[in-house]
Formats: sequence, C-alpha cells, structure tokens
Amino acid sequence: MLQKVYDWVDERLDITPLWRDIADHEVPEHVNPAHHFSAFVYCFGGLTFFVVVIQILSGMFLTMYYVPDIINAYESVYYLQNDVTHGMIVRGMHHWGASLVIVMMFLHTLRVFFTGSYKKPRELNWVVGVLLFFVLLGLGFTGYLLPWDMKAYFATVVGLEIAESAPVIGGFAKTLLAGGEIIGAQTLTRFFAIHVFFLPGALLGLLGAHFFMIRKQGISGPL
Amino acid sequence: MHRGKGMKFVGDSRVPAEKKPNIPKDYSEYPGKTEAFWPNFLLREWMVGAVFLVGYLVLTVAHPAPLERVADPTDSGYIPLPDWYFLFLYQLLKYEFAAGPYTVMGAVVIPGIAFGALLLAPWLDKGSERRPLKRPIATSLMLLGFISVFFLTWESVDQHDWEAAAEQGEITDDVDMEVDESAEGYQIFESQDSCIGCHGGDMLGGSSGPNMFESDYDTEEVIEIITNGKGAMPAGQFEGSEEELETLAAFIANDGQSADGGDAEAEEDGSEEEAEEATEE
Repeated sequence: MLQKVYDWVDERLDITPLWRDIADHEVPEHVNPAHHFSAFVYCFGGLTFFVVVIQILSGMFLTMYYVPDIINAYESVYYLQNDVTHGMIVRGMHHWGASLVIVMMFLHTLRVFFTGSYKKPRELNWVVGVLLFFVLLGLGFTGYLLPWDMKAYFATVVGLEIAESAPVIGGFAKTLLAGGEIIGAQTLTRFFAIHVFFLPGALLGLLGAHFFMIRKQGISGPL
Repeated sequence: MHRGKGMKFVGDSRVPAEKKPNIPKDYSEYPGKTEAFWPNFLLREWMVGAVFLVGYLVLTVAHPAPLERVADPTDSGYIPLPDWYFLFLYQLLKYEFAAGPYTVMGAVVIPGIAFGALLLAPWLDKGSERRPLKRPIATSLMLLGFISVFFLTWESVDQHDWEAAAEQGEITDDVDMEVDESAEGYQIFESQDSCIGCHGGDMLGGSSGPNMFESDYDTEEVIEIITNGKGAMPAGQFEGSEEELETLAAFIANDGQSADGGDAEAEEDGSEEEAEEATEE
C-alpha cells in the first residue's frame, strides 16, 4: 500500500533522486568509528546537529507555556517548572542542551581545525561553521534572559554593558538589543523575538549551507 | 552517483529505466572499507546518538534547570554571573589591561582578534599541509587560544563565591506572600508612622529598612529589636501599649499572618504554605 502511494507520487514528481542523493553516498573508512575507534572525533558535528534538533523541539514545547512579558515571564517559567507535567524535563533538556551544544560545537571546531579540514577547497564551509558558532552563542545569550529571574536580568545588564563599550557602534548595538535606554519590558520582548525567530532562522539557513557544502565536497580525506 | 564534470543535477534528473540497487559503491578517492550512508552508517550513528541521549537525560533528571527569584532591577547588590561559556570574556574584563579605561581592549580588541583569526583561518594558514605537527604556528596558536579560554574560565569559577551566589538568588517566601491586612497586628502597624517610614506601608521593605518577613526571629526577639533597635534602626520608636507591641511582634514573627484570633484560618494558611514550599523544593 505504502509502496503504491510512493510509486504514484514518484511517477509524477520524480522524488527518488532527491532522497537517493542524500542516502547514496559512501562513508569512508577513516571517519567510521566501527573501523577505527579514534574516528569517534568525527561524531561531534553530527551530535551538535542532534542537540540542535532537540533544542528546536524542546523550545517549541516551551513556547506553549512561556509568556514574553515582564509581568508574566517569571510566573510562566515557575509554573512550567513546578506544575506542568514533565515541564521540568522539557525545560531541563533545553537548559542542558544549550550547554551541550556549545561543548559539542567546540569539540567539532577543534576536530576540524586539527585535521586541517578547513583548507582548500573547504574554506567557505569553515566560514559558515564559524558563523554558526556566533549564532549559537547569540542564542545562548538571548535565551539566558527569558526566565526573567535575578541571574538572567543581571547577566544581561553586564552583557549589554560590554556591547555598549564597543567603539562607534556600541551605543547603537545596545539600543538595538535593549530596545531603549532601560533594560526592561522592551528588552525582554526583543530578546524573545531574536531568540525564537531571528537567530533560529539564521541558524537553519547556515545549517542548510553547511550541509549542502559537505555533501557537495565530501568529507576531507585521511591525514 | 556520477560526480564532477557531466554530473546530472537533481532538478535535471530523470527516472532511470532500470532501478539501481542500493548498494555501497567505491569511495574512489580513498579506497577502503566504505559503507553506504543510508541505512548502514546512519543506523550506527543512531546508536552513538542513543548513548549520548541517555547521558543527556540522566543529566537533565539529576540536575533540574535552575530558577532564581524573579528579577528585581533595583537590587544593585546582586553579583552577576553569565552562563559558563561566557565566563572567559567576563573574567578577561576583570584584568587591569582590559578593564576601566582599557575596556575596549577586553571587550572588543582581544576577542575581535581571536574570533577574527578563527573566522579567517583558511586564509591565514594557506599551506596544503594538514597534519597538526607539520604546521606548528597554526597548531600552537590554537592551543594557546584553547589554554587561555580554559584558564580564564577556570579562574572565573574559582574566584566566584558560589555560596553567596546561591543565597542571593534564592527564591524567598515572599514571592507570593500576602500580608493579612485584617489582622490586629497589621492595624497596629498602620498606626506606626516611624515603622512605615523605613519598612514601607506593606511591611515588605522600603527606603532604608529591610523586608520585615525576610528574617527568622521569634516574637521575643522582635520585641527586643523594636525596643532596643538594631544596626541602623533606632530604639524606642514604637508608640503604644505593651500588649499592642506584643501583638505586632507576634504578627511579624508569624510572617504577616495573625497569630491568634482566627486560629483556624492561620493554621490553614500555614499548612498550605508549607505544602507549597515542599513542592517547590
């Protein structure tokens, strides 16, 4: 039955080459931990993506309860944490995932660097990777404010002070992020928008480019 | 799949007359024990992912995500701390060469050079040699960067007073506390202008006095403090009889709930609060 549905769609849209292009590539021996255990270092990129997927899913569930305004933000997180069934687990996964994704990305960066995989012809993929690094740090920074508790608020105050100390663009950057002079209601909604819409959009676009390039160029050869 | 010159793009592809079986092909550049991405390799990767996921969930269950008390922008005494992956930058800004008049160094120049170099690594290290030992400059710079970040993070964690940090952020009882305004104790408080002047009309702290319910004194100790003063609080500000003083003290010691008169209600409130506290923990 399923096969017939697939065949019916495939006959019209020719979808087989789409997925065959993704599925039918060989994974060389030197990146396969089943052949050389030391090749586990090649897993870090995949695990980074794995945590990113978990972050997106858990984040989607968190927004079902979270309210991005200064009156209700803390209350909604408190409710989510203490009263909602499994809310503690979902928030816990999002909280720890934020740390794990940074750790995994850092290890992935070190692997790529020390195997010299950023060299010609893969320069562009390296640049996109570093941009992904910045986007994930930005997601960490903006997400930290959202619970609107003491550590969130004052970490953001310090963070924005640092941004403000930059020459020329500092004041502009601070106003852009804080939404005004005071760090308050405007800042919270702005950080929410950046955390939930702007940066994830950039993240998905860059990830698409990252994967397209690795698929096009193949993984770098053994040392 | 045909690669390179003459490669057919997906959008340009046609359904082949004969279906190709999904078998691994040679990885022509690096011959060896290659295997197909789907399903062979992905299945194995999923096993790695599953082990990782178990560790991740154990961490999540063992350490619930922290939540401090609600943000209070007026609390200027709070010692801020960013999430751990920004600690290196936070620590860098504490050193003399990167603080005060040189903040630009710590906030922009040093991280700018480090991350700029990371971004431009392919053009700074253009040689075709890939082994780390054959490109000592790149390798040593990366190791230097890694050690610096590790050291700064370590120092920051080491210098932070974690006990004070846990205390200053603790969720206190007054998060959803309501003062029983019908209680006799509250009526007495309302008539005391000198108390209100510092501790505020709601008893939750004001211009120079703290929240009255933050401390854990019993009735006796409260009377002692009201009569003799404490710290910046002057002695003998209370106007009224001994009995009124006692009622007020009992009211304060009982966290703003009437101690006697309407006992049943007070007890109910108390047990509810206790139950709430238990679930909070």
